Amino acid sequence: MGFKTMETGSVKEVKSIDTLREDQGSVGQTRQFVEQSLLKLTWRRFRRDKIALIGGAWLLFVILISLLAPLIAPYDPLETNLRLRLQPMGFAGHVLGTDDLGRDILSRLIWGGRISLVVGFSAVLIAMMAGTLIGLLTGFYGGWLDIVIMRLIDILMAFPAILLAIAIVAALGPGLEHAMLSVSIVGIPYYARIVRGSVLAMREREFVVAAQALGSGPGRLIATHLFPNALPPLIVAATLDVGWMIMFAAGLSFLGLGAQPPIPEWGIMLSEGHKFIRTAPYASIIPGLAIFLVVLALNLLGDGLRDALDPRLRR
Amino acid sequence: MAGYIIRRLLALIPVLLGISFLVFLILHLAPGDPALIILGPKATQASLAQLRHDLGLDQPFLVQYFRWLWHVLQGDWGRSIQLKREVLPLILQRFQATAYLTLFSAFLAIVFGVLVGIISATRQYSLWDRLSMIGVLLGFSMPVFWLGIILQIVFSLYLGILPVSGMQSPDQQGWLDLLRHLVLPSIALATGAAVIIARMTRSSLLEVLQQDFIRTARAKGQSERLVIYRHALSNALIPVVTVVGLQVGYLLGGDILVEIVFSWPGIGLLMMNGIMARDFPLVQGAILLVATSYVMVNLVVDILYAYVDPRISYK
Repeated sequence: MGFKTMETGSVKEVKSIDTLREDQGSVGQTRQFVEQSLLKLTWRRFRRDKIALIGGAWLLFVILISLLAPLIAPYDPLETNLRLRLQPMGFAGHVLGTDDLGRDILSRLIWGGRISLVVGFSAVLIAMMAGTLIGLLTGFYGGWLDIVIMRLIDILMAFPAILLAIAIVAALGPGLEHAMLSVSIVGIPYYARIVRGSVLAMREREFVVAAQALGSGPGRLIATHLFPNALPPLIVAATLDVGWMIMFAAGLSFLGLGAQPPIPEWGIMLSEGHKFIRTAPYASIIPGLAIFLVVLALNLLGDGLRDALDPRLRR
Repeated sequence: MAGYIIRRLLALIPVLLGISFLVFLILHLAPGDPALIILGPKATQASLAQLRHDLGLDQPFLVQYFRWLWHVLQGDWGRSIQLKREVLPLILQRFQATAYLTLFSAFLAIVFGVLVGIISATRQYSLWDRLSMIGVLLGFSMPVFWLGIILQIVFSLYLGILPVSGMQSPDQQGWLDLLRHLVLPSIALATGAAVIIARMTRSSLLEVLQQDFIRTARAKGQSERLVIYRHALSNALIPVVTVVGLQVGYLLGGDILVEIVFSWPGIGLLMMNGIMARDFPLVQGAILLVATSYVMVNLVVDILYAYVDPRISYK
């Protein structure tokens, strides 16, 4: 609002409102400009990180292969052929050889990528959504809700991660969905802590207090201020976590608690191949290599993303 | 310091209660009637009801929990359904093998992690530094069970210099034989922890080396060796201690996978057999023991942390 002076009251008021509008406009523009340039800046920094780009490219390649599995897999991943058991690489048209039931390893590998990627990404998504919700609520409301939930989270974190996942699958019963669920439950506390920490740091900042003073309700405060500010660390953690969860879920399958045979899943392939390491070592080396390369790609990508989003975090 | 230890011990009680409650809850929720598992499918309704009553399964959940906890505190951890033996002596006996494996792995991880970290930090950006940081990245992305299989293939099957699995040769005994069996599983287990310790040592030492007191020490004309080992390292290792504590959780969890790969007769192998046989008293006991030892190790690490950095105990 403008000031009304004795001499040229009304004129000055109009003028100052105009100035205010202009100011608002320029503030809006500036913000847009900053946001845009932040995104651009992140991309520009990321683009320079050759290693992270290689990671991203490999991940894209695996995603593409998995999507095109029905078209490019040379054989049916479930088709057994007992006359062609444990054939070495390149033999009888099987580029990567066959497993103990005569199934084509390459085809199983290609189809297995689908499962590992879906499990990894969905487990992270579930953990991230649940953890974010918990983190936002406990960080924002505090009080007994915060105390109770944070103690629960402390107890969950007092377990070695794999042990907790095994305990949950042991209770639910083996299976791919149960393994995925248990892996995401294990991940929830980490996301809840990241988001809660960010909310606690942000909620005393001037812009949040100002928004509150202007009458923003809890929903608006969370949606427009607290959540967006918690996003960068969340994205970095999630990218690094997808690889971890893929490895984790494959581990559960390897133990016989995750995906069940004959599903072509990398962990199961590894476990089945392990029984024949004397005669056909490649049957366990190849699926493990696939897990390793995808996890490596995700770690490279995550590291690059972290450095690009916030160079101060660079290790 | 004594006050700090007492405070930490008291804080342990709710955590341990929480862990026991969660372990009991998870396996209580598991589908399947323990009475039916014990008596088998041919049992009559009357005998099932009688056994349920004897086991206290007809009591409310909380009554069951506190009764179970009371027994656990008195050393009665129940009877294994499958092995028809008391759970506690059984898991304690197997835990010994697990302790050998995890302790030896922790030793390897700490020694190699810290050494590689020091060499990398003191020769920053050298060829060695770059190579070891690539090694860190590879080791970080490698599934522990796959690494175990690769080691088996290379060192046992291909080179034939180390035993492929188990803890003891049938015809040999003694420490040397145990050590030979211990090498491969320990390397597989230690790698993941070692790379994280190496990365932490490197970044922590690099940070300390930039501080003023190091410049002062150098300006006094002290030898570089003395500057690094007396002045820098003692400060740089403080954050490393925390990481070591966290890595013990990784070792205890990864241990289960390694025990399966190498048929190591520890608690992980016992637990997995228990899960497959739905032997819940055994699984419950094993999970409780591993989780409790994880909490205990972290307590020791925290106390150690307060010892090396006295500022902690006053917080």
